[in-house]
Amino acid sequence: MPSQLEGSQAVARTVARCRPEVVCAYPITPQTHIVEGLSRMVATGELAPCEFVNVESEFAAMSVAIGASAAGARAYTATASQGLLYMAEALFNASGLGLPIVMTLANRAIGAPINIWNDHSDSMALRDCGWIQLYAADNQEAADMHVQAFRLAEALSLPVMVCMDGFVLTHAFEPLEVPAQEQADEFLPPFAPRQALDPQDPVTIGAMVGPEAFTEVRYLAHAKQLEALDAIPALAREFEHSFGRASGGLLGAYRCEDARTVIVALGSVFGTLAELVDELRADGRAIGALAVKSFRPFPLAELRAALLRAHQVIVLERAFAVGVGGIVSADVHAALAGLNVPTHTVVAGLGGRAITRRSLRAMLGDAHAGRLPELSFLDLRADVVKRELARARGDGRPGPHAENILRDLGIVAAGPV
Amino acid sequence: MFEVRIHGRGGQGVVTAAELLSLAAFIEGLQAQAFPSFGSERMGAPVTAFCRVDGVPIRLREPIAEPNAVVVQDPTLLHHVDVFGGLRPEGFVLINSTRSLEELGLGELRERHPIERLLTVPASEIARTRLGRPIPNAALLGGLLALTGLLELDSLMRAIGERFPASAAEPNALAARDACQHVAGSLQRATHTAGRPPAEPAHEDLEQLRATGTDERESGARARGESARA
Repeated sequence: MPSQLEGSQAVARTVARCRPEVVCAYPITPQTHIVEGLSRMVATGELAPCEFVNVESEFAAMSVAIGASAAGARAYTATASQGLLYMAEALFNASGLGLPIVMTLANRAIGAPINIWNDHSDSMALRDCGWIQLYAADNQEAADMHVQAFRLAEALSLPVMVCMDGFVLTHAFEPLEVPAQEQADEFLPPFAPRQALDPQDPVTIGAMVGPEAFTEVRYLAHAKQLEALDAIPALAREFEHSFGRASGGLLGAYRCEDARTVIVALGSVFGTLAELVDELRADGRAIGALAVKSFRPFPLAELRAALLRAHQVIVLERAFAVGVGGIVSADVHAALAGLNVPTHTVVAGLGGRAITRRSLRAMLGDAHAGRLPELSFLDLRADVVKRELARARGDGRPGPHAENILRDLGIVAAGPV
Repeated sequence: MFEVRIHGRGGQGVVTAAELLSLAAFIEGLQAQAFPSFGSERMGAPVTAFCRVDGVPIRLREPIAEPNAVVVQDPTLLHHVDVFGGLRPEGFVLINSTRSLEELGLGELRERHPIERLLTVPASEIARTRLGRPIPNAALLGGLLALTGLLELDSLMRAIGERFPASAAEPNALAARDACQHVAGSLQRATHTAGRPPAEPAHEDLEQLRATGTDERESGARARGESARA
């Protein structure tokens, strides 16, 4: 039975159906409504047995998840933005120790400047922390990915991060299905830890490893992520069979078969892209969209196969590597090595700037006319940047960029004018 | 697709209004998506929320730039925020005010939009009577339904019942009904004065919304895409 639910509440209810035994969180912005919902369910006894642990920071939240998981409990937490960065060191520990923690990341920008809105700067900053990273296109997929994430994490003994666009998805109400308890139980058996701290049967987890074995242990982490390239599509197929709807997988293609131009993207912008593809197809343009749902591990071979016949690839990214350009694009380039497909990076939607069909259409017009540069920023106000660069080159003390630009735009009086 | 943009201030239940409208559409078996304009939440700051209603699953994630209807919960916004920005020529406008459009200085709107689609309703007063507090969101939604014919009032009252605890649901549902009747009365007077039969209030797209199963998009290809097999 579908319900009309806020994305965060849908994820909270779905996570509860996955029977986590420990949920820990630091209750401050940037926390999500997800753990708020879960804490309520633990308080009312709707989610039991489960311990909700209020901790003093995101670093502690991940550390408690590590401890709980190492003790053999199914552990879950959620965070966003700076919260993810604050748990960075513990993230590497969770994956390095091979602990199957599941975490929701409500994707948000990273400061400075302070910005609470959506982009992918947070998850991209931690893309190499050893966690599997999945990106949801809509709230149904975000919810469904959690059921699959626990299975995947526990099958491979690896942590999984389910990334869903902050605000765009977390705060959106739409119709979706929360799995029934019996359905979830059937798909997700109780957690059988591969390793567990047990006072009756003591073991060491997290020993020091020197040069004699460090490479091998690290290589194993890579080998296990590569196993996920088989496990993720297999789970998605099983999920579809059990639940009757397609969710997850490595990639999602929309009208790509005969597409000359394919837009590759992660996350919620895929819905807008699908809408745009239909409009442009009606105008006779051979265009398609391809969602990367598993960014870590990165499906190199699958992406190459999906883009093999494309004449032009545009990677639409909600984050970028300062000083280089695209982040996802680098991996797409690796997938397309030797194919000679022109590939463009378009950085869009930074810090909550809406990605609109109007702007995407204009960008595609440029691409069609051969005017799209290798790297561009959608809706970048070049005049504003030019003015500030000129100011910065001036003498004296030109002041901070962010405040100068806000003053130029007349948005706030940030200090003396 | 029918798109509604709601303008108000933090604390007036703007986001809840969009949620309620989406829930009422869901109750009628339609597809609906509601989301707020994303900003720092604080009392009194301008807030915008959006609601899309359609007969097929909604994939778009961009803010509503060309609404079919605009609801203004706080008339003090009229001079600060471009509340009518992008409003479609045949669009609906409902403003929470005891005053008329002319008294609000908006008479010129009548030159650009059909007059039977532009109304004010004293939603705060109705809310004060029913709730004891001037929270106008539910009342305005009742008025919007009368103005547009988008959904049945009963669906909205059920949505209010599902969303609020019983103590808040009843007065809000009554406020919605009062405003619905108020707007229906205003519409009748407006068309009577104009000396012509009442215009069909529903947007022509509304009929299409209800024609379910007319999804012309690729069959089976959902918003999140079919899995690409290597």
